[in-house]
Amino acid sequence: MTFKKTILASVVGAMTLFAGQSLVADTLRIGVEGAYPPFSRKEADGSLSGFDIDMALALCAQLKRECELVEQEWDGMIPALMANKYDAIVASMSITEDRRRKVDFSEKYYFTPTRFIAKEGASFEMTREGTAGLKIGLLRGTTMQCYVEKHFPDADIKLYNTQEDVYADLVAGRLDMQVNNTLQAIDGFLNTDQGQGFAFLGEDLDDVACLGEGTGIAVRKGDPLADELTAAIAAIRTDGTYMTINDKYFSIDIYGN
Amino acid sequence: MENERTFFQYLRDFSETSSPLDFVLIYDNLGRFFEGALVTLQLTVLALFVGGLIAIPLALARAYKAPVWNQIIWVYTYAFRGTPLLVQVYLFYFGLGQFETVRSSFLWGPILSDPWWCVLIAFTLNTAAYTTEFLRGSIEATPLGEIEASKACGMSPWIRMRLVVLPNAFRRALPAYSNEVIFTLHGSVIASTVTLQDLLGVGRWLNGRYYLAYEGFITAMVFYMAIVFLISAAFKMAEGRYLGHLRPRETSKPEAKAAAA
Repeated sequence: MTFKKTILASVVGAMTLFAGQSLVADTLRIGVEGAYPPFSRKEADGSLSGFDIDMALALCAQLKRECELVEQEWDGMIPALMANKYDAIVASMSITEDRRRKVDFSEKYYFTPTRFIAKEGASFEMTREGTAGLKIGLLRGTTMQCYVEKHFPDADIKLYNTQEDVYADLVAGRLDMQVNNTLQAIDGFLNTDQGQGFAFLGEDLDDVACLGEGTGIAVRKGDPLADELTAAIAAIRTDGTYMTINDKYFSIDIYGN
Repeated sequence: MENERTFFQYLRDFSETSSPLDFVLIYDNLGRFFEGALVTLQLTVLALFVGGLIAIPLALARAYKAPVWNQIIWVYTYAFRGTPLLVQVYLFYFGLGQFETVRSSFLWGPILSDPWWCVLIAFTLNTAAYTTEFLRGSIEATPLGEIEASKACGMSPWIRMRLVVLPNAFRRALPAYSNEVIFTLHGSVIASTVTLQDLLGVGRWLNGRYYLAYEGFITAMVFYMAIVFLISAAFKMAEGRYLGHLRPRETSKPEAKAAAA
């Protein structure tokens, strides 16, 4: 069930920033997610917010294009891009070789490591044999799926539609551990009431082939939009817009090196 | 300029997105699809079997308006027929898991922590609710003549129920039941939303793993169509066997006519 909803965010976003300027270009449709706080979340009134959302709006503003945010569940992100439901994905998508076969990426707009999370004090031997039969939960169609299926193929890997469902089952005790982007895990889980009693397990994971080289914006293959977005990212890094958004959500600069 | 760009973009998108399916990938993972089909069939068959067994006494209680039971069962069937199956599965899976008392109960370890059981319970209660209602309908539609005839033969109420009312109610319910079976099969895709690797789950796994749009879904679709084809064929045979007496009779054969002339 690819649950999808279109949200017009143009009025508050691009237009107030550029009030007075005529609307030059056509609408830029951006695919976003809504269940990955603090990168994206859905507010009680149904509106979207979060780092990715603000980033998408800022990039539209930088490109002087009207922004239309299209909400899409994670596992249909790339298919919907290729089916022309939107033109770019700003949804914490890691740049990996596998994905490069399907889409083009801008340069990264942030980089965060990936780590396992389990009950505080739990210790598992993180080897193929040590994880055999352990229940590992993760979001379907992520870089983590590639990593876990590659390194721990004998584990009982549980695939979820949203990250929030993974947390729910970790808390409910249906999972031995889960694996996720560390920043999302800290703010979306470990620092919440739900996440009490859970902690990171082991070190940051290391496997560029699976985990990628940072988080970029995906566009259809050959679309010049990738370069425009790379330039726009550089521009908002320079003019301070990036850090304004960054500081709204994080205490460190998540752009990385 | 602007138009030209979008036109070419459209043309490129079209040629890229309508490239042929990756059949090699499908073939390589066919084993997983068969495993998925097994999960789907297990859930569907078990839910239908247990749900059907539950439905018979409930339908009788409803049809004969058993005091108190009739109202209670009505509330149950109304609740399960009036809410989406997805919501019911979420309630059993995520809903129950929220409560500490449920998690510390003896049912949690073996049953409620396992998505397979949560889904089976939800599917069973759902199909039992639907089956109860149309079975009730077909029991109530028993022609008075059949009852009178069996009474005249001196049958006790129990024998009457066993030999006349229920068998004929089953016959009348058969066409409706084939729909219920197919709907339950279709509804079983919901298992994939709570981590089970049923047919659709495997399709979504394939799409997620290789970032594909269609391959997983189309393969799952072909499997579902094959299963539905078998179910329909089985019901056609069953209807021919058990509802044969209702077919319009051939009054005269062409050869007979020719011979008469």
